[in-house]
Amino acid sequence: MYDFNYHRPRDLADAVRLRSAAEDGVFLAGGMTLIPTLRLRLASPSDVIDISGVDGLSDLEASAESVRVGALVRHATVAVSADVKKRIPALAALADGISDAQVRNRGTLGGSIANNDPAADYPAAILALGATVMTNKREIAADDYFTGLFDTALEADEIVTAARFPVAEAAAYAKFPNPASRYALVGVFVARIGGAVRVAVTGAGDQGVFRAPEMEKALAGNFAPDALNSVTVAADGLNSDLHAGAEYRAHLIGVMAKRAVAACA
Amino acid sequence: MSETGIGASVRRTEDNRFLQGRGNFTDDINRPGQAYAYFVRSPHAHARIRGIDAAAAQACKGVVAILTGQDLEADGVGGVPCGFAPDGGPIKEPPYPALAKDRVRFVGDRVAAVIAETREAAKDAAEAMSIDYEALGAVVTLADAPKEGAPQLHDDAPGNLCFEWEIGDKDATEQAFAAAHKVVALDLVNSRLIPNAIEPRAALGEFDPGTGNYTLHTTSQNPHVVRLLMGAFVLQIPEHKLRVVSPDVGGGFGSKIPHYAEEVVVTWAAKKVGRPVKWAAERSESFLADTHGRDHVSRAELALDANGIFLALRVKTTANLGAYLSTFAPLIPTYLYGTLLGGAYRTPAIHCQVRAVFTNTAPLDALRGAGRPEATYLLERLVDVAAAETGIDRVELRRRNFIPSDAFPYQTPVALQYDSGNYASTLDKALALADAAGAEARKASAEKAGKLRGVGYSTYVECCSLAPSNIAGAIGARAGLYEAAEVRVHPTGSVTVFTGSHSHGQGHETTFAQVVAERLGVAFENVEVVHGDTDRVPFGMGTYGSRSLAVGGSAVAKAIDKIIDKGKNIAAHTLEAAEADIAFADGTFSVAGTDKELTIGEIALSAYVPHNYPLETLEPGLDESAFYDPVNFTFPFGCHICEVEIDPETGTVDIVGYTAVDDVGRIVNPMIVEGQVQGGIVHGVGQALYENCVYDPSTGQLITGSFNDYCLPRAQNLPAIQTGTQETLCPHNPLGAKGCGEAGTIASTAAVMNAVVDALAPLGIRHIEMPATPEKVWRAIRDARAA
Amino acid sequence: MPAVSMTVNGKTVSGDVEARTLLVQFLRENLRMTGTRVGCDTAQCGACCVLIDGDSVKSCSVLALQAEGAEITTIEGLADGELHPMQDAFREHHALQCGFCTPGMVISAIDLVTRNPDPSEDQIREWLEGNLCRCTGYHNIVKAIQAAAQAMGG
Repeated sequence: MYDFNYHRPRDLADAVRLRSAAEDGVFLAGGMTLIPTLRLRLASPSDVIDISGVDGLSDLEASAESVRVGALVRHATVAVSADVKKRIPALAALADGISDAQVRNRGTLGGSIANNDPAADYPAAILALGATVMTNKREIAADDYFTGLFDTALEADEIVTAARFPVAEAAAYAKFPNPASRYALVGVFVARIGGAVRVAVTGAGDQGVFRAPEMEKALAGNFAPDALNSVTVAADGLNSDLHAGAEYRAHLIGVMAKRAVAACA
Repeated sequence: MSETGIGASVRRTEDNRFLQGRGNFTDDINRPGQAYAYFVRSPHAHARIRGIDAAAAQACKGVVAILTGQDLEADGVGGVPCGFAPDGGPIKEPPYPALAKDRVRFVGDRVAAVIAETREAAKDAAEAMSIDYEALGAVVTLADAPKEGAPQLHDDAPGNLCFEWEIGDKDATEQAFAAAHKVVALDLVNSRLIPNAIEPRAALGEFDPGTGNYTLHTTSQNPHVVRLLMGAFVLQIPEHKLRVVSPDVGGGFGSKIPHYAEEVVVTWAAKKVGRPVKWAAERSESFLADTHGRDHVSRAELALDANGIFLALRVKTTANLGAYLSTFAPLIPTYLYGTLLGGAYRTPAIHCQVRAVFTNTAPLDALRGAGRPEATYLLERLVDVAAAETGIDRVELRRRNFIPSDAFPYQTPVALQYDSGNYASTLDKALALADAAGAEARKASAEKAGKLRGVGYSTYVECCSLAPSNIAGAIGARAGLYEAAEVRVHPTGSVTVFTGSHSHGQGHETTFAQVVAERLGVAFENVEVVHGDTDRVPFGMGTYGSRSLAVGGSAVAKAIDKIIDKGKNIAAHTLEAAEADIAFADGTFSVAGTDKELTIGEIALSAYVPHNYPLETLEPGLDESAFYDPVNFTFPFGCHICEVEIDPETGTVDIVGYTAVDDVGRIVNPMIVEGQVQGGIVHGVGQALYENCVYDPSTGQLITGSFNDYCLPRAQNLPAIQTGTQETLCPHNPLGAKGCGEAGTIASTAAVMNAVVDALAPLGIRHIEMPATPEKVWRAIRDARAA
Repeated sequence: MPAVSMTVNGKTVSGDVEARTLLVQFLRENLRMTGTRVGCDTAQCGACCVLIDGDSVKSCSVLALQAEGAEITTIEGLADGELHPMQDAFREHHALQCGFCTPGMVISAIDLVTRNPDPSEDQIREWLEGNLCRCTGYHNIVKAIQAAAQAMGG
């Protein structure tokens, strides 16, 4: 790891100021992606700004309409939260399936969606549930938030503070993990909210998480696994690597989507 | 049976330190003033080094020294030697410099060592090294290596051929094939693996200018071998000036047998920079620069008569050696492979040809089982194909061809003489334990749930107890493979055992103490086992090839016999009786027909405080050493049965049942034997379903360079394993032990793959290559359905 | 260099470290507590697990500075004259061979049993996703954790 300046601000304003002042600053939350990246010398930030001590980012609130997960809420917390399990059980299940127990003990929602790893799980939930990403500056609709591989609508001086997930009538996440890394080789999150159906796919797209409009259309007419029989998933634009070629990923998207729909029943 | 003697599941002595974080692994050791080494490694699979500019690196903070191949050459330091050249033909042995000087031949080849105050400082400076490479074409795959016009790794190895080797009677084999009722053939690949012991390799070199003594702490399975090779052949340090210590070692699996360049460099550098020098591999380096394993491409053919009796086996294998010859590399695809092709069967004629080639990949060497898993996988897959193509039930076909239990000792057509066995018995036990009779019903109910279910068998024989030195020498080993032990009975009757075997998980501190407690009649708690230190243990060839108990334990037994003989002499003198009248049992020396007796403790005290010994015939002291050279190999065997379920939608293979019945000869500690078998099984499961070393076939870049891409089996990949044992004793060593460390791995890969193919067989699938990943299985199913 | 202070196995410790120092380096190299080990560089093997404020965490993926003020428990801090029930169960069930992954495995298992006092075999196997063992085949580790859960009152 290259050395850097370390900061631990107490409030958001300080955090933003430190990042702005840094030559090449980076925010650190749980560190489950950043620290391994630094260890492998794949990044060399001048300043690491540890926001884990910033107040107000660790709350988890739920109502009949929505679940609000603070940016610093850990995956392990979401996984066992009675509120989340009651309102959006698919979200708790997704959090429970992220990486391993030790990563869930440190990793945060904010870190996950700010990084937008193309194989991360949370982006699928954000996009399928049509969540709102809340930052120190504004609220960003899910459909506007993910802008590409490891890329988001966040500006340099912007920090995710929370995500607000609307409560779905039905939702489920089906994941086919990469056998080695345990990231999603393909993960499909299906949600039905207010009659509309949203399907988001992670792990597969070469630009990160994406929606599957044809699936959504088919499921809007008939919210059942068989409704997807008529949908062909194209391999274009899908990742191809040692563990899964694009064609196999395309196939898995269909299988995981059906399983997610089945799990909604 | 006593609670701590042979046959008891004594809880392990070593666990107390491991469980409390008090183990002492190489990277746990720190020396005052130590500096850290970091190796600059080649990013190219094949390149000429045009120049090395270390100026910028030299100027980095904390740099102590930067050492290159030129510095090694200036100091007359040679390359890393190879310890085995198979008989029967020429072998190319290109030099393997500890630091490459002119040319690099695999990604990870060592180019320079940066010595600095901290690990991170060394790594920082390594990045500042400027090395001018002229990239050369790389040859990566077995298919490409012999091709006309392929890049050549070594000037003296045209066609990248290291050697050709054969075993068996070619003419007899050809004749049998010509006369056969049926011939079945199978092309198959034995995939390449990266060993990945969880402790990465490490080495700490020290030099004492006051005495001129060197010390190397290293993660080795055989510290005396490292001392011999490095001292005599690389650094020219005589044994009395070089101490090699392998403290606690976190798994070996063969990857810690070879003598590695890093050991040379830290030892040499310690004197050069005047400070202890430590190196500990990062996992990324383990992937690149530990020896890899397996990597064969083979064609196998089996000739059968009308009754399914095997008439002959013909095998042609191309084996990868990597870029250079590691210490035992040429042994693995020859005598540890071709000789095992008889398996458990009476096949009267076998002929095996092996071509071993160089490629621009990491050197290969032993990996758990080393050659024997390759042979077993080939043979057991081929038997299943033969069953399918003759219509004879797989179990019945095996049974029909088993060497019968009354045929031992049994001479195979590929050099080995099997010592003892009862193959049908382990098969029967495994069938019962696995409820094989219920397999069809389980398959039917799986089908109802949309799953494909299959069962796979592997009835294996392995060859352990390496090795009778006369045979080892005759086939090309440059050393004998005996083992040494010293048993020191202290004045108060406690015992220290010094063994040349090395435990890196096998539990020798417990097992060997059980042997001593039983044979010498002393309390288990009063026995201490010392290993892994050339200054304390007289000599040793180390631990590999499941040889520790059968060879190392036998050396201990032999030393104990000498202790007992000496004790009888002392007892005869002390009790004023004839030595012939002294009997020894349960720790007590007694005079036949009298009530006169002395305990081993009393004898020991007498031995160290003698007052009136007849010094011409009786020396003081009770300390004996022995070198035990086995008269034959040992041949454990058994039957493994695996059941899998395949999700045809995703191609995922789940192991839903695993049963192993192994016969490893005398069992000293059943708990430890079970543990060895379980661990071995999962290693073999890894090859079948998960692990795969992949290089880019054109550039030679390692694609599976971390655990993100190289998949080790995890707890969730496996069900509980059912194990059973039987004990057919080895007739030719004093303990009757055969060896258990590799049995699981040797057997399991074939059992799993046979189960996978059995599950897929209804679709018309005949074979699938390893690892049977979800995508590969899904494609096979899709293609079969389309066909 | 920045200063850091934390509690390790009940004792307050402090030191000056480069910002890039990992918690595991701080434990092993500054404190010379070498029971916590490093087996990979991608946060997967779990040999470096410690408890931070009661949660099992991979100390190779945490900066020493991030642990400022935290309560750390390492393998060295478990036995209190006698082995911790988890350590004892590992010994009783032969859940270790080479011993290298063992400290991380024991720490991880304790976290599991703290959260789930009576885990099923499947739950244990799932939980161990972040702990690699190359020796045992996991069979006896699973048995040991089940037995320890019973001994710990599950």
